[in-house]
Amino acid sequence: MGNNPAPGMNTGCFMRPECTPRNGRLHQEEVKMKKTVFFGALTAVGLVAGAASAATLDDVKARGKLNCGVTTGLVGFAAPDANGEWQGFDVAVCRAVAAAVLGDATAVEFVPTTGKTRFTALASGEIDMLARNTTWTFSRDVDLKFEFTGVNYYDGQGFMVPKELGVSSAKDLDGATVCIQTGTTTELNLADFFRSNNIGYEPVPIETNAEAQQQYLAGACDVYTTDASGLAATRATFEAPGDHVILPEIISKEPLGPLVRHGDPEWGDIVRWSLNALIAAEELGISSTNIEELSAGTNNPEINRILGTEGTLGEMLGLDAEWAKRAIAAGGNYGEIFAKNIGESTPIGLARGLNAQWTEGGLLYTPPFR
Amino acid sequence: MTTITDPPKGQFRVSMLLSDTRYRSLTFQAIALFVLIVAIAYLASNLVRNLEAAGLNISYEFLGNPAGYDINQTLIPYDSQSPHLRAAWVGILNTLLVAFLACMTATVFGVVAGVLRLSNNWLISKLMAVYVEIFRNIPVLIWIIIIFTIMTAVLPSPRAFRGDDPTSTMVLGSMAFTNRGVYIPGPQLGNPLFASVALNWVLVLLFLVGSWFGSHALSKWAHAKQEETGELPTTWYYTLAIWIVPAGILLTIMGLHWQIPELKGFNFSGGIKIGGPLIALWFALSIYTGAFIAENVRAGIQAISKGQTEAASSLGLRPGRVMSLVVLPQALRVIIPPLISQYLNITKNSSLAIAVGYADVTATLGGITLNQTGRAIECVLLLMLFYLTISLSISAVMNVYNNSVKLKER
Repeated sequence: MGNNPAPGMNTGCFMRPECTPRNGRLHQEEVKMKKTVFFGALTAVGLVAGAASAATLDDVKARGKLNCGVTTGLVGFAAPDANGEWQGFDVAVCRAVAAAVLGDATAVEFVPTTGKTRFTALASGEIDMLARNTTWTFSRDVDLKFEFTGVNYYDGQGFMVPKELGVSSAKDLDGATVCIQTGTTTELNLADFFRSNNIGYEPVPIETNAEAQQQYLAGACDVYTTDASGLAATRATFEAPGDHVILPEIISKEPLGPLVRHGDPEWGDIVRWSLNALIAAEELGISSTNIEELSAGTNNPEINRILGTEGTLGEMLGLDAEWAKRAIAAGGNYGEIFAKNIGESTPIGLARGLNAQWTEGGLLYTPPFR
Repeated sequence: MTTITDPPKGQFRVSMLLSDTRYRSLTFQAIALFVLIVAIAYLASNLVRNLEAAGLNISYEFLGNPAGYDINQTLIPYDSQSPHLRAAWVGILNTLLVAFLACMTATVFGVVAGVLRLSNNWLISKLMAVYVEIFRNIPVLIWIIIIFTIMTAVLPSPRAFRGDDPTSTMVLGSMAFTNRGVYIPGPQLGNPLFASVALNWVLVLLFLVGSWFGSHALSKWAHAKQEETGELPTTWYYTLAIWIVPAGILLTIMGLHWQIPELKGFNFSGGIKIGGPLIALWFALSIYTGAFIAENVRAGIQAISKGQTEAASSLGLRPGRVMSLVVLPQALRVIIPPLISQYLNITKNSSLAIAVGYADVTATLGGITLNQTGRAIECVLLLMLFYLTISLSISAVMNVYNNSVKLKER
């Protein structure tokens, strides 16, 4: 993705109408929950929102399958391939957890969720975890009673314009018509950005990404704005991706990560450390190609602890010793997953940027395995 | 002396509540009412309990907080720092605007199509039948999207107007049809004496009211003349003059001139913009509801006995006048009641606006505000209140009109 001037912050609230709630404000999903409460009460169902089943791990083991909530289809992050197999960056997290818990990376039931349904699906127990490029925000974490188990992608909202307009900065967009997906915090970020730069624009609120794309390509709007990774993924589906540029300005923070319900910290730990294992594996040089070799034993105690040849980390999690080894073997380490699904050699073409290891100037920094 | 024979006063016994047909229905109604009240009370208390359990309290304080988002069509001043309440008002006015426009055009489409469907001309009547059946049997949401998609795909984007050899040019040098909307010249007042907008409106309204009285007096005079001589004087050019001349003089004094839209930066500026979403929504609601109104009109006309038409014809009235003077006025009393519900349908269907990005009240208050504040119950209650008020108002106005045209029984 040579054109992306902001290698680093990409992907976010794409096709997820809500991302980045402001502090203390509720969002669509919460709204959905409230509606559910409202209608549930009305129909005397007496729904208890967010009721947590305490032993998700037991449930998953008994079921033999992990129910993982993903997007309804965003190429690179989660989408079924030509054979109907789910592929993508978020999918890989689900597979790693399934491999760690069940020993089988394919024992995953992928549940497509929309921006509106994802949180109710998680709160109601329909899914065990949600890996749907969901922005970690205060109100989701605290008010919606979820637990974010880490960040697998640091993203931010950006702008895409046709090259022929000759625009090189979002500050040149005075008077432009901007297509936005409505119901997201994208529109708030947008209003703030234009206001603080003292320039005007005309918003065109669009319900879905597909429609917005069509409007943008027809020239009904000059600019399309959503998370930078979403822009890259959308652009990759265009006939002539090279005719469009993503502007350097990133106007919001969108840390995306998997999340689980409140009330089952053991399960949250499993998801958190499965993700951390992928990130640590890259840092320590464990990859899908050398993992067998390394699990014979190395001089690095941390690698040994992760791969289960030393210590009792798996036992502490309630799993066996080789949990992390299987998680890493499922799709490779974080870097391999990134390169395979959304990296620079794929049509999505995202650079590592902020998503590089901390040792390489990025933000990926996993706590030590000890 | 009259003897009043009272019916024997039977002693009321409780068992009569069931055994006596005079009381039985009352008993059952009372029981049903009681059960209903208990059921509603149970649901309500359940709702309140659940809301409390979920930590939700009904509060409208959020309406005073800054909305934080922008709206593309605002009939009143608004920016992203305005409160949510103002955003709701912007949405309400947009809803009323599109509902009003669509009611007008749907009525025109409906009456024309309904009358023409009864035409003796085979082609015309069949064409109208096709129009009615196609538009009425496809959901309005699909029409809205189809029209919007066609508009954005067929019309050029403003970029096409740029450059030395643009691929698109403005119609008559003053109107630009783009896929973002239609830009037309806007009126500007040049006379510095008329700087106050409100005063200008009052003046224009005064003149229009004057013209209305003038034309009313003229038609009264024409009718009197017809009663007297049997000749109906041709008055349309007088009427036209009464409407146009005074207003024209006023506007000239005010220094009216037209501001032609110009391509500046990304978009046209100056003049008036009629947004693409408004056009698509307006047109879709009009043709869709027009098809229903056409059927109402046809039903109304066919309800008028054929004798009326024949009698009017035998008086020497031409078919057009038979329709406008004899048949339609009588048909109105059949047409109006279902027409009211069509108007209500338009108003309620306008809530589909978000499909094409039109900022109606469902999109602002019930969409973005609801999402950003999480005050779902409050927003939905407000929306319900708004649509209820509007619908009841439309009904009330139309009922007044219905009373004025219905058969007067004396």
